[in-house]
Amino acid sequence: MLSGNKKNVLVDKVKSAFGGDILETIVFRDEVTHIVEKSAIKLLALFLKSDPDLRMDYMVDIAGVDYYLESPRFEVVYHLYSTFKKHRIRLRLRVADGESVPSVTDVWRGADFPERETYDMFGIVFDGHPNMKRIYMPDDWEGYPLRKDYPLRGYKDRYNPFGEEK
Amino acid sequence: MKKDKTLIETRELNLHMGPQHPSAHGVLHLLLEVQGEKIVKAEPDIGYLHRGTEKIAENLLYHQFVPYTDRLDYLCAMSNNLAYVSAVEKLLGLEIPERAKYIRVVAAELSRIAGHLIGVGAWAVDIGAMSVLLYAIREREMVLDIFEMLCGARMTLTYLRVGGVRYDFTDQCVEACRDLIKILPERIDEYEEILTGNRVWLDRNKGVGVISAEDAIDLGLSGPALRGSGVKWDIRKDEPYLVYDRIDFDIVTGENGDCFDRYIVRIGEIRQSLRIIEQALNDMPDGAFAVDMPEIVPPEKPAVYKNMENLIHHFKYVSHGFKVPKGEVYTSIEAPKGELGVYIVSDGSEKPFRLKIRVPTFMNLQTMNHLCKGGYLADVIASLSSLDPVFGECDK
Repeated sequence: MLSGNKKNVLVDKVKSAFGGDILETIVFRDEVTHIVEKSAIKLLALFLKSDPDLRMDYMVDIAGVDYYLESPRFEVVYHLYSTFKKHRIRLRLRVADGESVPSVTDVWRGADFPERETYDMFGIVFDGHPNMKRIYMPDDWEGYPLRKDYPLRGYKDRYNPFGEEK
Repeated sequence: MKKDKTLIETRELNLHMGPQHPSAHGVLHLLLEVQGEKIVKAEPDIGYLHRGTEKIAENLLYHQFVPYTDRLDYLCAMSNNLAYVSAVEKLLGLEIPERAKYIRVVAAELSRIAGHLIGVGAWAVDIGAMSVLLYAIREREMVLDIFEMLCGARMTLTYLRVGGVRYDFTDQCVEACRDLIKILPERIDEYEEILTGNRVWLDRNKGVGVISAEDAIDLGLSGPALRGSGVKWDIRKDEPYLVYDRIDFDIVTGENGDCFDRYIVRIGEIRQSLRIIEQALNDMPDGAFAVDMPEIVPPEKPAVYKNMENLIHHFKYVSHGFKVPKGEVYTSIEAPKGELGVYIVSDGSEKPFRLKIRVPTFMNLQTMNHLCKGGYLADVIASLSSLDPVFGECDK
């Protein structure tokens, strides 16, 4: 179970430092999730990395989620880990179609590839990223594959006879 | 004779170490900017094996996705299964029986041995020691024979399922594992004899591809490559899953963060895996190997033919699957390449809403530029092989 000490640090310390920017905190199956405002992500990242009780120095992953029918449409999920304190935290922020998110590559250099992947699969642009281009798909691909309105088999073109008509 | 005082004109060259290359460990396209023999910049270009696994997962039931996870890191199949199945079980809040946990530990460690053997073997062949690969594959055959006894398949096993394992761990398998534990240490001594003291191996790997601990953590490196830089981080010890907290084993670390240390870590981990397997085999309790909930683990086929209830459970399992509570969960395990994590967002139905797989090779490749910059062209091969990339998982 989430021990009291960890809960204090991960939940309460962050909340007390960033009161208004944290929209919601969820603790589910021993995992702490903070839903944050997009404007606060840079400051929050620096705080999480440098604070002596938290020391989240390892960027585990950045994922995008497409909530097709809700607005704002997308969500960017950051997973962080601390190699010193051995605890994890998750940050989520909502972003609409066409908006861009500040990049955290200057806080954790390991955010480079995951942010490119989120851009490639969802079309969410990260400002300040040193190399914002597609990573899985070819550089001239049109469309963002993991969006819910992108068909599973792709669009029909000269190489793909099984795709849907555009 | 007057010496020509003008400098030789040099130019930077962009080399493509193309996707089809015998040392590229699969399909890696490396864009290298070289000046003579020195690398100025090395940028990996991935995506040649992208198969859209995450998009496919959004249309499949939870138990239908397990075979797709095998195909991620196809050289160590059981670990990928374990990561996915652990995530679904965490979301369900399910507790699996003790015997299943011990079986999973044995299977995961056998996969680790198989993965490291072929990683070190392929690395040796890239540098030029060709016989090591043949010996490593000979040992890997023993491990694959055990897998075949367990579940009938050698490479893409799909042995784990949500709620336990598919088949029981028979006595024949226990015997075969004990034989493996007896034979393998001497064989690993053979590899060490060929490689560890070898002058060519040392020259090509010592001092090559050095990365410090702070840089490695900042860049997202994990697994044996990170432990080669001296960081004592192993998810099996720090956030124990299954029964790793009851088993006694050491974490092997290196000192300098160069390729040679990563090799020492990998060889050490094979030996530690043998220790873990021995302890798990000794402690394995009897009992059920899967949880006793017919919605999640369907009854066995002979029982389906005899009983109406079993028939109904089987039908519902195959057609509708099981519903999972709403929420999100992230589980990670210590795969042979690093931290393999699965992030599932569920909306309460029987298909995942979003499945994201956090793949160690994808993050480890970010360090390629750091490792290769300023080194020679031949050292790129050594650095790349020491990270042990597998593109099935990198490109999902």
